[in-house]
Formats: sequence, structure tokens, C-alpha cells
Amino acid sequence: MSNKILSVRGLSRIHGEQCPLCIASTGPEHDTNICPHCGSVVAAHDVNFDLYRGEILGIIGESGSGKSSTVKTLYFDEAPTAGSATFYDGGAQHDMFALNAAQQRSMRNKRFGMVYQNPHLGLNFQISAGGNIAERLLMSDLKHYGEIRTRAGDLLVRTEVARARMDQNPKTFSGGMQQRVQIAKALATQPPLLFLDEVTTGLDLSVQAAILDLILEIQHELGTAMIVVTHDLGVIRLLAGRTLVMKHGRVIESGLTDQILEDPQHAYTQRLVASAL
Amino acid sequence: MNANYELPLEDAGYSFGFLDEYAKKEVRRCILKAISIPGYQTPYASREMPMGRGFGTGGLQLTLSLIGEDDTLKVIDQGSDDSVNAVNLRQFVQLTCPGVEVTEKTQEATLIQSRHRIPEKQLTEQQILVLQVPYPDALVVVEPSEARRKVMHGEADYSRLLVKLYEDVVRFDEITISHRYPTRINGHYVIDPSPIPRWDVPRLHQSPALVLLGAGREKKIYAVPPYTLAEPLVFDDIAFRVEDFRDANGKRIACRCCGSTVSFLDELIDDAGNVTHQCSDSAYCEEEQETISARKQA
Repeated sequence: MSNKILSVRGLSRIHGEQCPLCIASTGPEHDTNICPHCGSVVAAHDVNFDLYRGEILGIIGESGSGKSSTVKTLYFDEAPTAGSATFYDGGAQHDMFALNAAQQRSMRNKRFGMVYQNPHLGLNFQISAGGNIAERLLMSDLKHYGEIRTRAGDLLVRTEVARARMDQNPKTFSGGMQQRVQIAKALATQPPLLFLDEVTTGLDLSVQAAILDLILEIQHELGTAMIVVTHDLGVIRLLAGRTLVMKHGRVIESGLTDQILEDPQHAYTQRLVASAL
Repeated sequence: MNANYELPLEDAGYSFGFLDEYAKKEVRRCILKAISIPGYQTPYASREMPMGRGFGTGGLQLTLSLIGEDDTLKVIDQGSDDSVNAVNLRQFVQLTCPGVEVTEKTQEATLIQSRHRIPEKQLTEQQILVLQVPYPDALVVVEPSEARRKVMHGEADYSRLLVKLYEDVVRFDEITISHRYPTRINGHYVIDPSPIPRWDVPRLHQSPALVLLGAGREKKIYAVPPYTLAEPLVFDDIAFRVEDFRDANGKRIACRCCGSTVSFLDELIDDAGNVTHQCSDSAYCEEEQETISARKQA
């Protein structure tokens, strides 16, 4: 019995009408992800990877390389064009893209967590920080007010947001705190799988360090598997055990993070590592 | 209205009940669908009525589609048989449905059209209650897109309504919805039970009478069939409360006319600023007064 939690095979996401030449005429060797024949955008093509319990997988690449598209299809924000993903959950196997909308919503609410780069995507700014966490708990069918309060408070304390600020609107929080509330919200249902999409981008260095520490602590404590999408080599180096490098919608290199950073094989990866400050 | 005015029924060729037979047939089919899927908002082709949308055209179309010559109709507005909306609707039905009896007594009616109240007197299996609805969708307060609301209803995803209740309890220590309280029908669809006060919500639950709700402007019909679950949305540890009408000393306020302490009360403020209370259901109040005076005479 392996500890596999997620297995992705041949995942593709193409925007536009598509023609038979799309795949052959895009990719790193053509230096574009836009098909010159029909204008379709090949956001991601033929992405394969496995993820194991408690593991952190990094996806790195420049803007438009398809790393966010990959994560969005896995979080059901977008439907994939082709490919399959299997989620292993306590002995059960789920063919993720074969589930119906209600099952996908339930899996997304109860078994997955997502932290977006922009807190506006992950948080509802009309309601309090506690309310945001309560939303996740209510979605997973917890309907006991007292317990929701306690759990939400504990989660905020765990992510180092003062319990006293629980009933305030996240609008009044700093960027780092908003990100902490997002993490607390994502962790509310204790999901075995967490997606982190550029979580530290746009935060100042000390706050970045604190958020990364928090993520590592959570991984050690709860054994949550994570997929970390970033363009920051430092984040990858600190968090991820294994890394995929993406360019123009294709995975051009994958392997242990140390190996990729110390001995990059692909020309693009070499340039990426060499250009790091 | 002008007492000499007669609706030119003969000239205009209106059929019984103003609506043409095809319109009535369509409404009836939608009613059947609404009853079959308790709480589901059935879309229907709301007709133009000779009154503005928002004045009870949804309820009126239901009433006109259901009414027959042997029916007895009661029309109430905020519990009262005598307020403008009720009087106008009743007169319209009298004009367009010759032979239909009207009444103010709840127990005599076979069909009751109401705005914002359920009569105090327990309804029976022989009766149908038609409620006029301004906003049929309980989710409209949390989701502006109707397409997305339909998906949420389909998946019974009402967590965002509960978040609203959560925020209420955090801020005010209690749920502040006074009317239009979101109510779950038959364990799935959550409806907006029209602006009835909380007081009336428990009376939808396992009601012997069929309750039909019609929104003319929003073009929706939905139903609470007889003996169906109707549960207000609440948290497990915070019970649903109805209005308790207690004064500063904790004593239940009585109606100033009939002295009832078990009915839903309207608060009235006179010119001198004195606050008094009176039954909102006028037919109930009058009957109580008659019972009291009969007892005195005996």
C-alpha cells in the first residue's frame, strides 16, 4: 500500500477552438504556447506527476508557463481539456474529472484547500475573518455555532492571527495577515491536500519568511501534502522536496529540488537558476 | 371604486377568472410541478394583470387559476381583510369570477390569498393558502447571479446563508431576520417563505393545508405541500425563536381589543406617542371579541 495521494496523467488545458496542429506547433522548442494555425492557447499539456502523503511538490516557471492552470484544473476552478487525475483518500480512489459537480464541490470543500496569491480570490471581504473560516466549516456540514467559533478561533491562533481580531473584517488586516487568514481558512477542514498559488508574492521579506515557516510547520504537524506554485526559487528551495519546471505549457524538467537547482539539465532551467539573485 | 362601474365582461369576452383558459392551464401545470418538487421555484409565464407587478399579481394568478364557482375566497393583507390591497384583490375576483363566495372567516374559506401572514386559525386539509411573494429566492442576499443560484439550489449548497446567520450572531448575539426567514422544505430546497413574520414559519411545518407561493414579477411558483417538513435554517446549538411579545417586565402583551395573548400582535403608536398592541389577524380578533361578549351575555 503506497502513500500516494494524487496521481496526474496527461493533464491538458487548451483555451480556444483547437486544431490538430496545436500540440505539435507549441511548446518550449517553438518558444510559444499560442498555436500559429488556430490561435488557441495551450496553457498546459501532458502534465504527469504523483504526489505522496505529506510531500511538498513545487511547480516553478515564468508567467504564462501553465503552472497556475495546472493547479486550477486540479482544484476544479477550470475544467481540463484532456487527462486524468486520481485522488487517493483513505483507501478510496476518486477519478477527479469523472465526478459530478456536486461531488467535485464536496471534494473541494472537504478534502482540498487553496491559498491564492490575491487574498481577494480566497476571502470574502464582506464578512469577518471568523466568518470566512466558518464558511468552510459550514460547507463541510458542521452546523454547531459554538464549535465553529472555537475551531475558527483555534485556527487563527495557529496561524498567528490574534483571536481578538476574529470578528473584524479582513479588509482591515495587513497583507501578511490576510494571507494567514487564507491559510487558516484552507486548513479549516484539515484537508490532506493543499494548493498554494504564489502565496508569498507581493509580501515583504520578513513576512514572507514567517509565512513560509508557518507552511513548513503545518506540513510537519498535520502531514498535509501540498502543491506549491511559485516563480520564486527561494520558496522552492525552502519548501519543495520535488519540483516540476514548466515553460510554455510543458513540463521541461522534473526531479528532486536539490538536483534541479544544483545540476539543471534543460537550457531554460540553467538560465533560471543562473539568473537567481 | 365607482359603484356604477361594471367591467364590460360581455364585450371584452373575458373568460371566468379573467385569465384565458390556456394561461390557467399553464399555471396549473406549474402548480403541479411545484407540489411535486417541494420548495423548487418553478418558472412560469407570468401574465400581465390589470394591476402593477408587486401588487400581488403572482398570488392573484394562482388564485384565478384555482378558483371555481363553488369556492369561497378570503383575501387578507398583513392579517387584515380590510386593507386596500386585500379589498381591491377581492373585488377583482368578485368582478371576474361570478358565483364565487367571499368571506372574512378563515374557517369558511376554501381558498385564502394572503400577503405577509398566515391566518391565526389552524388551516385544514380542505383549504389552500396562496401567498404573494416579492422575492422568491432566499439566496439572492448572498449571490447576485441567478445562474449560480440555480446551481446552489440544485446542490443544496446553503452554507453562505448560514454564514450570514453566523455573522448576525457574532455581531448581535441573535439572528436578526424578522421576516422572509429562509426555510428548508422537505430537507432539500431552501425557500423564501414570502415576508411572513418568524411567528408564521413553524406553521408551514407539516401544515394540513397546501401552501402555494407565487411571485408575479419574478415569474416563479413554489409550494409547501401538505404534511411536509419545513425547517427554518438554524445552527444546532441555537434554537429558532419566534417573536415573544413581552413587555419590560417579561409579561406577555395582550391584544387591546380581544385580550388574546396567543396571537401575533401589531404595534400601534397613536398621536400622543402611546404604544398599544392589537392582533394582526383581524378576523381572528373579531371572533375572539364575539366569543367574549357572548360569554358575558350568557
